[in-house]
Amino acid sequence: MAHAGHQDDHGHGPPKGIVRWLTTTNHKDIGTMYLVFSLLMFLIGGAFAFMIRAELFEPGLQLLNPAVFNQMTTMHALVMVFGAVMPATVGLANWMIPMQIGAADMALPRMNLFSFWLLAFAFLLLLSTFLMPGGAPASGWTLYPPLVLQTGEAFPMAIFAIHLMGASSIMGAINVIVTIVNMRAPGMTLLKMPLFSWSWLITAYLLIAVMPVFAGGVTMLLTDYFFKTSFFNAAGGGDPVLFQHVFWFFGHPEVYIMILPAFGIVSEIIPTFSRKPIFGYEAMVYAIASIAFLSFIVWAHHMFTVGMPLAGQLFFTLSTMLIAVPTGVKIFNWTATMWRGSVSFEPPMLFALAFLFLFTIGGFSGLMLAIVPADFQYHDTYFVVAHFHYVLVPGAVFGIMGAVYYWLPKWTGHMYDMRLAKWHFWLSAIFVNVLFFPQHFLGLAGMPRRIPDYASQFADWNMVSSIGAFGFGLSQLLFVWLIVKCVRGGERATAGVWDWPHGLEWTVPSPAPYHTFEKAPEVH
Amino acid sequence: MHIASRFQMRSVVAGVLASATSLPARADWSLVNMPEGVSELSREIHDMHMIMFWICTVIAVLTFGAMIVAMTRFRKSKGAVADQKMLHNARLEAAWTIVPVIILIVMAIPSVEKLVKIEDTSGSGLTVKVTGHQWYWQYEYLGSGVKFYSRLARSSDVARQKGSGIDPRTVEHYLLDVDKPLVIPTGVKVRMLLTANDVIHAWWVPQFGMKRDAIPGFINEMWISVDADKPGTYRGQCAELCGADHGFMPIVVVAKPKAEFDAWLLRQKQEASTALAATEQ
Amino acid sequence: MSEPGKRNRSLALRLVLMAAGSFAFGFALVPLYDVFCEVTGIGSNAVLTRAGTVDGEVPVPNRTVVVEFTASVPDGGWTLEPVAPSMEVQPGRLYEAHYRARNLSGRETTGQAVPSISPMRAARYFVKTECFCFTPQHFARDEERELKVRFVVDRELPKEIDRLTLSYAFYDVERKAG
Repeated sequence: MAHAGHQDDHGHGPPKGIVRWLTTTNHKDIGTMYLVFSLLMFLIGGAFAFMIRAELFEPGLQLLNPAVFNQMTTMHALVMVFGAVMPATVGLANWMIPMQIGAADMALPRMNLFSFWLLAFAFLLLLSTFLMPGGAPASGWTLYPPLVLQTGEAFPMAIFAIHLMGASSIMGAINVIVTIVNMRAPGMTLLKMPLFSWSWLITAYLLIAVMPVFAGGVTMLLTDYFFKTSFFNAAGGGDPVLFQHVFWFFGHPEVYIMILPAFGIVSEIIPTFSRKPIFGYEAMVYAIASIAFLSFIVWAHHMFTVGMPLAGQLFFTLSTMLIAVPTGVKIFNWTATMWRGSVSFEPPMLFALAFLFLFTIGGFSGLMLAIVPADFQYHDTYFVVAHFHYVLVPGAVFGIMGAVYYWLPKWTGHMYDMRLAKWHFWLSAIFVNVLFFPQHFLGLAGMPRRIPDYASQFADWNMVSSIGAFGFGLSQLLFVWLIVKCVRGGERATAGVWDWPHGLEWTVPSPAPYHTFEKAPEVH
Repeated sequence: MHIASRFQMRSVVAGVLASATSLPARADWSLVNMPEGVSELSREIHDMHMIMFWICTVIAVLTFGAMIVAMTRFRKSKGAVADQKMLHNARLEAAWTIVPVIILIVMAIPSVEKLVKIEDTSGSGLTVKVTGHQWYWQYEYLGSGVKFYSRLARSSDVARQKGSGIDPRTVEHYLLDVDKPLVIPTGVKVRMLLTANDVIHAWWVPQFGMKRDAIPGFINEMWISVDADKPGTYRGQCAELCGADHGFMPIVVVAKPKAEFDAWLLRQKQEASTALAATEQ
Repeated sequence: MSEPGKRNRSLALRLVLMAAGSFAFGFALVPLYDVFCEVTGIGSNAVLTRAGTVDGEVPVPNRTVVVEFTASVPDGGWTLEPVAPSMEVQPGRLYEAHYRARNLSGRETTGQAVPSISPMRAARYFVKTECFCFTPQHFARDEERELKVRFVVDRELPKEIDRLTLSYAFYDVERKAG
């Protein structure tokens, strides 16, 4: 079937040392760089979360003054969203899309490299704002004016960093679309393409559509701050709520940008470990496309309390609830894939199954949030925090971890320590619930979000949640250790790695040769 | 099975069920669930929340049940062999697309009627203007000349300082106490006008069931109404990040029976005009 | 020029035109925005800070609405208070309300009032024919004067609205930095 890739025929491998990483245009190297970067950012963002939960462990202020606490919450989110989750999915895209579609590399390799280093520089800039007078941005990752305009010297740096990240993402998205549209192996029609690649095709369109909107919004913040415009200033005829519309028009598709690749990953893993093709392949494609389309018309559900006309509230409630339908279809299809399959529970499958359960819980709290009068009680409380952490942590992050466990043998050529991986899984899965489930209770009981200290009745659940956080955070060190160990060595992995591999990536040796599919395979 | 022990079994089961179903009434749910609140509206919102919750629970039980069955009944270690041909089922797929749509419509319908009611601010008996500041509230009884600031109570403010050494558990109503609370009458629809002086804030008392943003340069409006038979003190917090002390600008509302409220307001007016006369001298 | 060269040049030209066109569109949006607001009737401050017109007074019998007046001074340095806190009005009839403003900033300066009406639904039925919010107000040091607003509540005001509030946020425009 596929012509397995052979060693680089220039007779030498890639350059050694730092030069390799600065000049490589190889999709595998760039994928690796994105993944290493995202792991580092995950730990940094996790450190900020650690500070937050340490402060919230008990009532009273023990560690951080309130202004610094707000920097922690803001930067935790910015780092996790733009530095950990998105780059991880880009890294997976870079590594896997060419191999899944039988292409030798991405369509635009130099732009690919540029996208990565732009991102790295952007984060250097963003993190450096901690050292500036006034500290890092502290207005929440949502950057609402007028509050965000009280940011000190960090403000232009943060905006610039956001522009750079946006440019990096847009270029990456263009690369993905051009690659998938033009470079699929002969015989691989779109409806034969693996679902991970499909999920990224659609994610790329979302990125191109909404990143420029975010750029526009933060540029308006910039001109309001420096050039006396009044986009968001009532004194000059503007309105702070305008920013919220612009931000969330970007922001809602953004959260789907984070989750769709995870959907794609789960759609790869579950069939493999059920030894059965995905149930309802076309429905899965249409479901992802519907979710992406619907994501454009729900943004104001983040703004139900701003004083919205009745018609607006009704429309956004309904459109938001509608997203549950295609999402439900996916969940049912994943379940049906396992049904009458032959299911085994290797680490990738463990993460995919945890995703299935826990993302669904996040989906239910999302459904509750969609309903307006009830949302008046949930909005800006820990109920919202619980919801989005359920869909992002045991959702997107577990999806990414599952992908790493799934493809790591292909990347490194070594099987990893399965026992360690299972320990990582079980500790993570248990602690993530100890961490976030009580936050539903806190929100319903009346605890607002983004506060460094709280009334005494919230103490017990906060303590439980913080213990969950410490446990979850420490468990991730197992993950780091496991990856390092696996890169260094381990049992040799075969080309297929797993019992029932499907897809072109499993036809090349493990580790995948530096150049694969230089001659396009034939797909039937 | 012997008849006597079958009877005993049934009584045990009945007893367990009875205590389980009475659990909601007896337990203190205030730490895990939304309050029912002290107005008709807050009760309706609570009920709506509970209905949504139960619908989600039922769907969750069914969905998770199917997942668990799939994982256990068809596991490889039990010798399951995969059915490679199971790729589609048009009727099933249509069902699990259409049925959710119906469930969602059913869930959404009650909210329409409640939203119309929430948006209807007519028939109010009092208007209070609320202005959010960094980091305290200002209340004004429109048309009466009574206005005042409401700040975090001193005992909480001292205790909350970093490294204060004071155990918050020894402070009464820690972080939910102010120096001068808002006072409103019970049994009256109170129209709240919300605005802010600097950044966006939000006014929220969970027991009233309503929350709305206070946006600088604009006024927003909502109404609250405490049941006539529920005078008392109700506490809330700012619900929109507004800077460093966002967590330290609570809201306290004292709801008094109408006659007591009228007397209170009259006293405030008198104090306000004597104070004004004093400054003008 | 070779075929690919010609195609590249043509593509480059089209891309440059697209970029230039997008840039020009950005500038064209300034007048276009006003046209859009006119046509659709949407517009908060744009609409509220423009004088409305009324063709004759046709008061609605048997209906009154309470109009409340309030003000905020976010910057400090001024006071702005309504002379009468509320008025009972008949929709369809022209009324005049007064605010008293005082410059406490210690120097001569200019203020601008930004109106806001609640409930939001009532805004399009509240027509100001004359308002101090249309123009910046110059005040000498310590000056105090009365500012007036003349308005009509449209006859078509929905029946469920029995009370509406006109609020001004008064800003010192000389201190207005973003």
